[in-house]
Amino acid sequence: MIESFIQYDFLQNAAITGILIGLVAPLLGVFIVVRRLSLIADALSHITLTGIAASLLLEKRVTGINELNPIYMGMVFSVGGAILIEKLRKLYKHYEELAIPIILSGGIGVGVILISLADGFNTDLFSYLFGSVTAVSRSSMWTVLGITIAVLTIVILFYKELFVLSFDEEHASITGVNGRWIHLLFIVMVALVIASSMQVVGILLVSALMTLPVAAALRIASSFKQTIGLSIAFGEFSVIFGLISSYQLSVPPGGTIVVIAILVLIMSIIYKKVRSQLYIKGETV
Amino acid sequence: MNFNKIVEMNDISFKYDRETVVENIDLTIEQGQFLGLVGPNGSGKSTLIKLMLGIVKPDKGDVKIFGKPIKQFNQWEEIGFVSQKANSFNSGFPATVLEVVKTGLVSRIGAFKFFNRKHKEKALEALRTVEMEEYANTNIGELSGGQQQRVFIARALVSDPSLLILDEPTVGVDAKHVTAFYDLLGKLNQDKGISLLMVTHDIGTITEHATHVVCMNKTIHFHGASEEYKEFDDEDLNRLYGHSVQQLTHNHDHEEIRP
Repeated sequence: MIESFIQYDFLQNAAITGILIGLVAPLLGVFIVVRRLSLIADALSHITLTGIAASLLLEKRVTGINELNPIYMGMVFSVGGAILIEKLRKLYKHYEELAIPIILSGGIGVGVILISLADGFNTDLFSYLFGSVTAVSRSSMWTVLGITIAVLTIVILFYKELFVLSFDEEHASITGVNGRWIHLLFIVMVALVIASSMQVVGILLVSALMTLPVAAALRIASSFKQTIGLSIAFGEFSVIFGLISSYQLSVPPGGTIVVIAILVLIMSIIYKKVRSQLYIKGETV
Repeated sequence: MNFNKIVEMNDISFKYDRETVVENIDLTIEQGQFLGLVGPNGSGKSTLIKLMLGIVKPDKGDVKIFGKPIKQFNQWEEIGFVSQKANSFNSGFPATVLEVVKTGLVSRIGAFKFFNRKHKEKALEALRTVEMEEYANTNIGELSGGQQQRVFIARALVSDPSLLILDEPTVGVDAKHVTAFYDLLGKLNQDKGISLLMVTHDIGTITEHATHVVCMNKTIHFHGASEEYKEFDDEDLNRLYGHSVQQLTHNHDHEEIRP
């Protein structure tokens, strides 16, 4: 395993990219989950697929474009989708969640047409849907590193604003926090992280990496900082062991990462149950 | 901040869609006052607070805070606000009491700066004022309604405001804690010199504690010292704002009455 890691560039790319998204996906995931926006991640990952399909089609049909890295087009569509969701949420003030199925189904619908036009129903597509340990290029890895640095900088700089907005939007507006801009910045970050994560975990499972570690952390943590710390720890654990078992078992990493994240979640639920049982017993004794 | 008139509202009117909610209101809050704002449901009390805080803009009239037109006013840390909705937050939210109280400092700290040890001390001090310091590291969702209410007051107090606005803070707090709650407000007003504006249904109790009372139902029907108000008999009250509120004065021992 270690030998192959040193020997093969693609394994290094996948491992480093995996570790980076294991950090930023759960980090943004905490804010998404507490704001009850979990499904936004799903909508954005599906519109990322449209971007990938568009990229495949361009590569195939337009002469002069070859070796187009689909991650960039995926990002453009994901960010576009994020801005569109915000517009739709304003349009349907009383049905804010309606924006999610609109973007989600729209993304898949257009995506399927584009993929079909590009004759793209092949193994490449399979790796975009469920992730791959072999498909991450060096240039994608650098892109993901850049996005990770940007996300960390923004979350650190705007931590207190993001926290106030998540806890109590009304109070945030009274304290003079410009919620609209920060929210937009945040949702664009989410879109970029989703497009970045897609290569390792796959489009269909990106949202899992943003929500499952957070769901597990919520069972255990009492403070917000603890929730963030645990979410990242669970995220990294799932990604690292998911990638190793994916390589060993020759199955897509999306599957193994999600299964490990689910196991972590189950463990945390059991841990909480046992702990509160013990606590009750301790009190009555 | 030293300015005798904290809030000045001149001839304010406001409509939601076509319905007039607030009409021709003049209201001044002076330094050191404990003002009770009372009126039946739907009388425009909460809207008046929103107008005062600049959350909604009046159709007519102007609002000044510390002598400045509300558009130019930016020292929001001078005003603490405990919303009626404060208690309806997501109670599964993973935050400790201390983390919640520190959010009251966000506007004072300003953008691109971080929470530090000094801010933590400040938050603990605010928690001490409301007698909740021992719960600093407890998850906010594990507290009772009354305790949460105190935490939200601490959040409003942490930036050392000159004026504290409370919108129906005793709704959902059980009767035996309401007395303790008023004691706390009295302490803030007298010992710390914080001006208070409290919106409430409960006319009977508020006149016992507030220095001044404003009764409104779309327009202001009474504005004066609590002592003056207490001298009114039922007939005066009837004239002032109709039978629905009179009923309240007879039942002021009850925790919450909806006319």
